[in-house]
Amino acid sequence: MAELILTAPADPSPRWRPATRSRIGTAAPPRSPRLRLISSALILGVLGVAVLLVPPVVGLDQQVVDLAVANQPPGPGHWFGTDELGRDVLLRCVYGLRVSLAVGLVAALVSTVLGTAVGAIAGATGGWTDRVLMRVLDAVASVPHLLLGIIIVAVLRPSLTAVVISIAATHWLSSARIVRSEVLSLRTRPFIDAAIVGGSSRSRIVARHLLPNVAPQVLLATTLMVPHAIWHETALSFLGLGLPPHLASIGNMLNDAQRSLLIGGWWMSLAPGLVLVITTLAVAGLGGVWRDRLNPRRRSELSW
Amino acid sequence: MIAVDPTPGSAAVRRGRGRAIGLLVARRFAFGVPLLLVVSLGMFVLAKASPFDPVQRYFGARIIGASAERVSQIRENWGVDAPVLTQYGAWLAHAVTGDFGDSHSLQQPVSQVIGERLGWSVLLLAVAFACALLLGVVLGTAAAWRQGGWLDRAVTGASYVLEAAPVFWLGLGALYVFAVALQWLPGGGLADPGAGLSAGQLVRHLILPATVLAVSQAPWFVLFVRQTLLEALTEDYVLGARSRGLPERRVVVGHALRTALLPFLTLLGARVPELITGALLVETVFSWPGIAKATVDAALNVDFSLLAALTLLATAAVLAGNLLADALYALADPRVALDG
Repeated sequence: MAELILTAPADPSPRWRPATRSRIGTAAPPRSPRLRLISSALILGVLGVAVLLVPPVVGLDQQVVDLAVANQPPGPGHWFGTDELGRDVLLRCVYGLRVSLAVGLVAALVSTVLGTAVGAIAGATGGWTDRVLMRVLDAVASVPHLLLGIIIVAVLRPSLTAVVISIAATHWLSSARIVRSEVLSLRTRPFIDAAIVGGSSRSRIVARHLLPNVAPQVLLATTLMVPHAIWHETALSFLGLGLPPHLASIGNMLNDAQRSLLIGGWWMSLAPGLVLVITTLAVAGLGGVWRDRLNPRRRSELSW
Repeated sequence: MIAVDPTPGSAAVRRGRGRAIGLLVARRFAFGVPLLLVVSLGMFVLAKASPFDPVQRYFGARIIGASAERVSQIRENWGVDAPVLTQYGAWLAHAVTGDFGDSHSLQQPVSQVIGERLGWSVLLLAVAFACALLLGVVLGTAAAWRQGGWLDRAVTGASYVLEAAPVFWLGLGALYVFAVALQWLPGGGLADPGAGLSAGQLVRHLILPATVLAVSQAPWFVLFVRQTLLEALTEDYVLGARSRGLPERRVVVGHALRTALLPFLTLLGARVPELITGALLVETVFSWPGIAKATVDAALNVDFSLLAALTLLATAAVLAGNLLADALYALADPRVALDG
């Protein structure tokens, strides 16, 4: 049979096409992970340096209003133009990204802690506790997350705390699921049996044996959560339900830019969005490479 | 996984299938109805926990001059000081009859607010969903067919970028390019000011929001179809079809895509929350008079009766989407076990 196939291309009929490309076996990822890792890390490094160093060096310049240079399109001096109060759009983006990143990081951490607690309790306890917690999880999952976030902010009134709570309360589900399933599979391992036989208490087993083993997955989930959290904050701020106006986040900037857009000020929306897209892609790229290393069988993608 | 019954298409099997799907629907209702009750109760508890006082909001600055008995009379009429469960019971008794109370922010009964706006939201969502689905299947198939080719790279790269871009930013971009700079299409609303609401007006006003929503949803569909099709192309039956000398188009579309799209069905239902989230933002950008706009207004004004009804509606839509997708999947693929 093998010879037959090997000799077949000598007389290719028009309807026959050899399946030459690597369609057999698992499909190779299109880009090399090393390139993705380096480019993501580089971008995040540049953004991190900008976010950390520009504000202390420049001081409060971004707040300075100079109506003489208001509404200038991109050009020398102001690469991404100025807004309706004469502030440099790119400089404001750095400040906005600082706020958005801080909110995203804190919210991702809070939601991971919440999710880990729920997942660990559900997985380690089992029985009715597990069932009830999982039904709660299903219930939260069936309300669209932005809507739930809006309701929470509406209840607490828009503020920094409300936004963080809103993100944490809508984003803990994935880490809870991950931790629960990891704990469930770890529970049957011999070293857990050994710990039980050795007389460890349940809380000690959770703290010393289960949580350290789920830590890598949880850290990965937190990393992948950061872009979601930033997106959520941006969406809330854009709707006018997020951070107060004096905390210029990317979402607040886009909300402000909406007015100028209708009279032709396109550049005020361009830069904040680009910064957001680049940040998201870089974080997701880094997380994706990490995920592929941690779970080689799972494909890498931005999943939201 | 392979059907045990030797005659999968027989009437008895189909009857059994029908009963299994009926059971699935019943189980979902048994979960869904209590869930809706819990969600609505949760809304009430949240409203109670809020530092926000609807009576003070109603009076605004006038509360300084208002007489104490008028304030307390309104408090009593609105029942805001009654225990949460009493208030919830009263609300539920009305809600069952379709009366969801009055919206403070829009000065209308909630049912009227929803009735006037739901149709426009459903229209936008349906058109956008259909377009996203079409884009996803066509581009995903094209990308998987020539994996690693220029089209695949372009489509996959664009999908990742679009997935990272917030939908309202895409909306602002489209608004600027097509409505402000080129002036090809109107930038918001249902009809031009002065012009009556006609089909032509509606279509012109629908194009931008529906396209933006579709483009923002499409990447997920594209990547999913591409991935499942790539996996299907490695299966034995595709190898079999190829070795029988079937034309490539027949192999990919007729054999691989057909089976690859089956799991796609269940995931369609899971996209309902994302669609609602996208619609919330797109409707805001394009001033589309759907329920999303009302949701944002209700949240800004802490209009709990409207928020509660809208949340219930969205939750019911999510549950219905999941149920519909699972039932369709079970009908389409007889190998699926119905245990959900």
